Amino acid sequence: MVVGQNVLRKEGVEKLTGAARYIDDIAIEGVLYGKTIRSSVARGLIKSISFDPRFDWSPITVCDWRDIPGENFVALIEQDQPLLAEREIRHAEEPILLIAAESRALVEEAASRIRIEYEELPAVLSMEESLACREIIYGPDNVFKRFLIARGDIDDGISQGDVIIEGEYRVPHQEQLYIEPQGMIAVPSDTGMTVLGSMQCPYYVHKALKQLFNLSDERAVVIQTTTGGGFGGKEEYPSMIACHAALLAHKARRPVKIIYDRAEDIAATTKRHPGVIRHRTAVTRDGRLTASEIDVVLDGGAYVTLTPVVLSRAAIHALGPYRCEHVRITARAVATNTPPNGAFRGFGAPQVAFAYEMQMEKIALRLGIDPLELRRINMLKEGDITATGQRLQWSVGSEDVLNTVVERSRFEEKRAEIQSERASSHKRRGLGLSFFFHGAGFTGSGEAKMKARAGIEITPEGRARVLSSSTEIGQGTQTIFCQIVADELGLVFDDIEIEETDTSRVPDSGPTVASRTCMVVGRVLQLAAREMKERIKLFAAELYGAPEIDLIEGHFIEGEKVLASFAEVARHYAAQRGELKVESQYASPKGVEWDDQTYSGDAYPAFSWGAEVAEVEVDMDTFEVSVLKITTAQDIGRAIHPLLAAGQIEGGTLQAVGYGIMEELVWDRGRIVNRMLTNYIIPTSMDAPEMETIIVEKEYPHGPFGAKGVGELPMDGAAPAIAAAVLNATGAFVSEIPVTPERLMMAVEELKASVS
Amino acid sequence: MKIEFQINGATRVIDSPPMRRLLDVLREDLRLTGTKEGCGEGECGACSVIINGEVINSCLVPVCQTTGAIITTVEGLAKDARLDPLQQAFLEAGGAQCGICTPGMLIAARALLDLTAQPTRDEIKEAIAGNLCRCTGYVKIIDAIERASLIRTR
Repeated sequence: MVVGQNVLRKEGVEKLTGAARYIDDIAIEGVLYGKTIRSSVARGLIKSISFDPRFDWSPITVCDWRDIPGENFVALIEQDQPLLAEREIRHAEEPILLIAAESRALVEEAASRIRIEYEELPAVLSMEESLACREIIYGPDNVFKRFLIARGDIDDGISQGDVIIEGEYRVPHQEQLYIEPQGMIAVPSDTGMTVLGSMQCPYYVHKALKQLFNLSDERAVVIQTTTGGGFGGKEEYPSMIACHAALLAHKARRPVKIIYDRAEDIAATTKRHPGVIRHRTAVTRDGRLTASEIDVVLDGGAYVTLTPVVLSRAAIHALGPYRCEHVRITARAVATNTPPNGAFRGFGAPQVAFAYEMQMEKIALRLGIDPLELRRINMLKEGDITATGQRLQWSVGSEDVLNTVVERSRFEEKRAEIQSERASSHKRRGLGLSFFFHGAGFTGSGEAKMKARAGIEITPEGRARVLSSSTEIGQGTQTIFCQIVADELGLVFDDIEIEETDTSRVPDSGPTVASRTCMVVGRVLQLAAREMKERIKLFAAELYGAPEIDLIEGHFIEGEKVLASFAEVARHYAAQRGELKVESQYASPKGVEWDDQTYSGDAYPAFSWGAEVAEVEVDMDTFEVSVLKITTAQDIGRAIHPLLAAGQIEGGTLQAVGYGIMEELVWDRGRIVNRMLTNYIIPTSMDAPEMETIIVEKEYPHGPFGAKGVGELPMDGAAPAIAAAVLNATGAFVSEIPVTPERLMMAVEELKASVS
Repeated sequence: MKIEFQINGATRVIDSPPMRRLLDVLREDLRLTGTKEGCGEGECGACSVIINGEVINSCLVPVCQTTGAIITTVEGLAKDARLDPLQQAFLEAGGAQCGICTPGMLIAARALLDLTAQPTRDEIKEAIAGNLCRCTGYVKIIDAIERASLIRTR
C-alpha cells in the first residue's frame, strides 16, 4: 500500500533542479510580447484614445474590442465582464487595449505613447456606498446576488434565549500572491488556437477560448504549464489573459506571450472578497444558542465573475459548526467600482469564520463562560443538523479535533499560567481558540451538474497513465492520484504516470478548486482503477486459465504463484484487444440531496473539521502582535499522503496568519496603491510561527480510501484564533482584521475608556 | 560589452549591454531558467544566485558588475545527475510545493550551509528571510535545510 505513505512527489526532481518549465521559461520561435492597456479611472466613459503620431506604430500589433471575433465577454457565470472595454469603464485597471511587439522594451515604449481620455463618473467604492444606492451601477439596487437560509422560527428562538448579543465584524481584501505571476502564451494555427499557461482550470480557459473565436472543442487547445501557486487566483482570471494573448496572436498571426509583472498582477487581478458580517444571537444563560440571525455582505467588485458562488459558500458556513434550531441567514453581494473579487482559498468561508468565531468569543465574554466550554456546549456532532437542514451522517470529527488540539496545545493549563503571570509586563502573552468546518467539493448540486470525468489508460510499456484535467499547483495532485490508482489497481507507485494537463488529451474532471481534487476526482479515479482491474483480471484469468487470479503490486498472482507481470499481460491485451482505457464519472453518494429553490438540504457530502490554538505575544508599547505558535488538529477523512497534507495545512495556516495580522490593501480612488512586495506584506520565515499539526482521520465512506478535502480548511481558523489570543492577552476585542498595531491600539484605548 | 564570468563551474563570455539585469542574462542568453522572477524589486528572492559566496538577488544586479565573478545558480547544485544533499532533503521533507520559490530557497540554504555547517533553526529562518514562499508556511523548508545539514556533517 502506498496510500498513507510519504512517497517522493512525482514532479519533485524537476522542481528541485530548475528543470521544470513555468510559462515564462518557455521560449517560442517568433514570439511577440503582449501588454494590456488599462483604465486609470474607476468609473467613466472612454472619450478618446490617441496614438502618438511621432511614434512608428508599424511594428506594433494593437487590438481593441472591435477585433474580437466572437462575443466580448469572459465566459463565466454571467456574460457581463468584457474582455476589452468598449465605452464604459466600471473599475480601475479595466482592460481597454492590447498591444504586442518584438521586444519587451518596444512594447513598453509603445504603451507610453497611448493616451486615453475619460469622462469620469462618480464611482461607488465601498459596500456602504453601494447599498446606499445613490449611484446605481448594477441591476435595480447594486445587488449581484442574494441568498436566504431560514430554519425554524426566529422569533420563537429569540424568546427562548435569556440574552441577545450583537456583533459586527469586518474582513478585508486579500491578495493570493502566488510567487509566479500570471502568464500565458497563445500560439495560432490555420485551424485554431493553442494556449499554454499558468492556471488551475484548463477547461475554464478552453470554454472562454471557444466562445472568443467560435471554435469547436478540438480546435481550442489549452495546456497547463508548471504552475507556481494558485490559491484561487488562477481559477478564473487566466481565462481573461488567455483570451487577450489569443486575440493578439490571432491578429498578428504570431505566437504572443503575456506575463504580468508583480504590480500589474496585484493591481488588476482578483482578490478575496471583503465583507461585513453582522450577528444577532440569542443565548440561554448557560450558553446554549437558541436563535441566530446573520447578515453577510460581500463586496463583489465591478463584475459578477464567481461572486454568487463565493456568497453561497459564505452563507452556508455563516453559522459555523454549531447547533442552533432557529436560524435566519441573509447574504448579499454588492457591486462596487473596484476590480472584481474572486476565488481565493476558502472562497467565502474564512470571512464568515472570523465573524462566527469572534461572535462566540463575545458571547463567552458576556456570559462569563469559558470559550472552550461554550464551543463544547454548541458544537455540531454526528447526527446533528446544520443551518441548511443537513443531518451530519458520516465522518464528523468535530469532537476529536477540538479535544486533540486542547490537549496537545495544553490550552487550559497555559491560559491559567498566563493569567497568573500577568502583571505590568510590557509583553503580554495570550492563547486563543478557534473551531471551524469546511464543506468539501462543490456546493449543493454543483458536483451532480459537473459530472467530473477522469480516466486511466495503459501505455504501450505496460504502465498506467492517469487522465484528468485536475492541475498540479503545488498541492500534490499528481502524487496523490498516482497513490490512489496504484493501490486500487494493484500496481506499484512508480508504474503510474500522469498525462500532461492538455485539453486535447484529458477529459474534463472539473476545475482544481473547492477542496474537491482528492475527494471528488480522486474518487472518480479510484472507480476507474477498480473497473480497469476487473477488466484486466478477467482477461488474465482467461489467458492463463486461472480463475482465481489477482493483481498485486504489478504482478498477476494465483495463490502463491506469480503468473506474469502486469506489463506482460498488458502487451497481450494490446495485441489481442487493442487499447485499454477506462473513464469514470462522479455520482453524488446516495441520499445526498440539495434543493436550490429553498437553499436547504445536504450542502456538501462531507465537511472537514478543524480546531486551532494560537499563542501570541503582544508588545504593549508598539501593539505589534507576534504569533509564537499555532497548534491545529484537522479532520480530513484520510491523509493519502500525510506529508503533503501537513504541507497544505501549514501553508494555509500561514496565509491565514497573514490575513489575520498583516495583509491589507491601500486604496486611492478605486486604485490599489500598495501594488508591490515592498508594501503589500506577506509573512516571511521570520513571521512564521512554530506549528504543530495533527491530522485526524475520520474516514468518509465515499471518498478515496476515506479521504475528504484539505485545501481550504486551513485558511479558516488562524485569523479568529489569533484575534481571540489577542483578546486573551490584552482584554481588547478587535472585530476587524487584520489586527494591525493601529487597530489594536484603538481597541485598547476604547477598552481603557470604557473601564474608566 | 563583453563580460567573462564563471557560472556553475564553467567559464562563459557573454556580450550584453552593461546595465542589463543579471537575471535576464541568465534566463535569456544562457537559458538558465531555473532562476525565477517573482517581483523584480529584490523582495521575493526567487531570483537568488550565489555570487562569490554571497546570496544576491539577480534582478538587482547589472550584468557589468559580474565581471570575473563566480556564480552558482540552481542548475549548478546537482553534480553528475546526483542531487545535492539539500535537494534530496527538500524532496524527502516536503520543502517544495509549487516549486517557484524553490531554486532561490535552495540557493539561500546552500550559501548558509557553506558558511555554517550545522545552523540552528533560528539561523535557518534568518538565512531564508529574504525568500518568500506562499505554499509551505516555511515549516518543511526549515525541516529540509536542517535535515541536509545533518546529512552533511554525518
